[in-house]
Amino acid sequence: MAAMVRLLDQTDQIVETVYQRKNDAELQRDREFHSSLKIQAWFRGCRTRSYMHHLNSSALRIQKRWRGFLGRRYFRILVKNSVLIMKLNFYNSCATMVQKMWRGYYVRKYVYNYYSRKRYLEALQIKNEIVRSELEEYAEQQEQERRRKQEKEEKARREHLAKKNHYLISTEVIPGIFNSPFLPYPTDTEYMLRAVRPLLHEKKKKSEKPFDPTCKSYDLPRPKMLPPLPPKPQGPFRNPADVQEQRYKPFQPTLRVATSFTSLEEARQKMKDYEWVTRLNDNIFEPFSRRDTKYEPLLHTTSEYGHLPYGFRYYREEYLDRHLSTQPFKSVVPPIPIFEKLNDTFSQGQV
Amino acid sequence: MSQRQVLQVFEQYQKARTQFVQTVAELASRPQNIETLQNAGVMSLLRPLLLDIVPTIQQTAALALGRLANYNDDLAEAVVKGDILPQLVYSLAEQNRFYKKAAAFVLRAVAKHSPQLAQSVVDCGALDALVICLEEFDPGVKEAAAWALGYIARHNAELAQAVVDAGAVPLLVLCIQEPELSLKRIAASALSDICKHSPELAQTVVDAGAIAHLAQMILNPDAKLKRQVFSALSQISKHSVDLAEMVVEAEIFPAVLTCLKDPDEYVKKNVATLIREIAKHTPELAQLIVNAGGVAAVVDYVGESKGNVRLPGIMMLGYVAAHSENLAMAVIVSKGVVQLAIALSEEPEDHIQAAAAWALGQIGRHTPEHAKAVAVANVLPKLLQCYLRADASEDLQTKSKKALKNILQKCVHLPALEPLLHDAPPNILKHVVGQFSKVLPHDSKARRLFVTSGGLKKIQEIKAEPGSALAEYINTINNCYPEEIVKYYSPGYSDALLERVEQYNPRA
Repeated sequence: MAAMVRLLDQTDQIVETVYQRKNDAELQRDREFHSSLKIQAWFRGCRTRSYMHHLNSSALRIQKRWRGFLGRRYFRILVKNSVLIMKLNFYNSCATMVQKMWRGYYVRKYVYNYYSRKRYLEALQIKNEIVRSELEEYAEQQEQERRRKQEKEEKARREHLAKKNHYLISTEVIPGIFNSPFLPYPTDTEYMLRAVRPLLHEKKKKSEKPFDPTCKSYDLPRPKMLPPLPPKPQGPFRNPADVQEQRYKPFQPTLRVATSFTSLEEARQKMKDYEWVTRLNDNIFEPFSRRDTKYEPLLHTTSEYGHLPYGFRYYREEYLDRHLSTQPFKSVVPPIPIFEKLNDTFSQGQV
Repeated sequence: MSQRQVLQVFEQYQKARTQFVQTVAELASRPQNIETLQNAGVMSLLRPLLLDIVPTIQQTAALALGRLANYNDDLAEAVVKGDILPQLVYSLAEQNRFYKKAAAFVLRAVAKHSPQLAQSVVDCGALDALVICLEEFDPGVKEAAAWALGYIARHNAELAQAVVDAGAVPLLVLCIQEPELSLKRIAASALSDICKHSPELAQTVVDAGAIAHLAQMILNPDAKLKRQVFSALSQISKHSVDLAEMVVEAEIFPAVLTCLKDPDEYVKKNVATLIREIAKHTPELAQLIVNAGGVAAVVDYVGESKGNVRLPGIMMLGYVAAHSENLAMAVIVSKGVVQLAIALSEEPEDHIQAAAAWALGQIGRHTPEHAKAVAVANVLPKLLQCYLRADASEDLQTKSKKALKNILQKCVHLPALEPLLHDAPPNILKHVVGQFSKVLPHDSKARRLFVTSGGLKKIQEIKAEPGSALAEYINTINNCYPEEIVKYYSPGYSDALLERVEQYNPRA
């Protein structure tokens, strides 16, 4: 019991301790609770953050990859386009170069060839000189011709005058006025008078020309004699009536010529007309067996599906998927006209 | 009274009539008698004599009428009003050849004055009768008929069309193939009159084959025939390129060039007209003429002839040069510029000067080379003079101004431009200064020469409105020189210097 008592004695202590402890615990409980809460909160926060971080990083990676993919695709297109443009520019510049060279060559050779032009102008000058000298020569010749004619006329006139004044010639005894005894020798006129014979005065004949009021000088030369008559016809002749008949016999065409061109049509029309005239009734007789039936269209043409339009719309199988393009083929560059007439129109560089 | 006595009366009467018409016909041939005859009532007396029973009296009456109608249009109108024409037309078909000739003469004399009179001749149905006369055997009748037809056709296109519709053209073409010179001449003249109006009429004449026959007669020695032939050819070729080409295809070149040396002036003029009409159409035709040496021949012709005869030659040179720079160069190397310059200064008449100015403008407008060739012939001052002359016609002024402008806009030959600086009006000066402003920035020698010749001084004296093209050109020129020299030549610079002297304070 003692033990019991001791124990009991001690019990108070224990109880006290218990109570104390309980009180302590009660006192600490709130703090501990807050601490644990804090720890838990921190832990949960860490965990959630790391999870969020993980999620974020994953999303970033995906986005990075996707964007990189898109970017690379875009870049490839860009590069392709720029290369294409670069190539186009290059080809264009090359084409321009070729065209430039060709045009320059062509124009210099065939259109504005400096040397040929120079040659042409020189040749033209020479030609001009030739023409000038020829014309000069021609004019000179004409002038000479005219002068000769004039001289001839003058000479004839003087001769005529001399003939007219022939009576002024000096005789053996009496010197004429052109043969003055005070001169050492006779004048030119005297020699002229000696050279010619005196003018013979012909009797004026009355002109037989008929009176012509508008133009006095005009008249046709009249023939001296009448033209000879044709020889008289000889020989026995056929009866004039026969000759007349033969000459005026009627026209005898062949059957082909005599037949009208439309004779067949005319005959048909004639037959038709005759038939119409002899017909009793205008309503044409029709047999009894004739019956009106409705037209029944084919199943193919009436159904929704119908038949294939092959042979109506198109005549060839069309493999549209095999076509490269829906457009028909055309050549890319237009034809170059100069090339086409290159060997046809060759000039020697004439401008 | 015996029978003899009775007949004697008639004989006397016939003799009196004959004497009357013959005297009237004789008197009518002198212009001074016409008025008296008209006042004496000759028309009403002659008319019944046209219906006389004696053919000689008829013919002579017709002749007298023709001479009267030929004199002036009043008398011709009197013939029309006296209803004489139907009688004549009727007898054209009926009577003998002398009467036909006289009747055709009257018709011609009436038709010659005016389109209305010609129309009244046509209205009488004269055309058919005249065309029938063209088929006559006698060349005199043909000649008279062709002449009358030509006079009818020359007035206007409708009358010419009426002549063509009457079927005259093939017969006229036959007439030019006849041996008689005068008939040829008149037929060619009639063809020329017909085809001068329109391309269609000319085409009709060409279709009748006239060109070949006309071309054959180019070298005929008769000058009057040649005149008509060339006139006809030029009237044909003036209308269109096709017709001109057909004329050229008749191988008239270079034969026609010899006719430029003909002693007859009208032949020369008509030949030059023909060449001009051909050259004006296309560069190819002009080239053909140039290649045949035509330009040299025309240049010579321009040099040898005077006055109006020159005009077609001058115009031909202008037309050729207008087509292309190459052809203009051909005119230059054929020494055309010199002759044109001579024509420009020699000719007193405005229209020829205008043509020469125009031709020079056409030559000089292509390249600086051309402009230089024109400028060194000392043409520019003459053109300026023509433009500035107080009594110059408006046409000459516009033509010479245009020519000056055309030449100046291409000219870079400065020595020729310099004189113009001093006496050109502002509207021309603009172009001159413009040319200087184009050349001077690139040519140092020219800059130096420009100063020493006094050009720069002149430039400074020009009063240009600020902002105008002239001011801009002047500015460009001033920019090619150092500031001092520009200032030195500016007017009033000496005053400015003196002012500076006054204001200058010497340091003591």
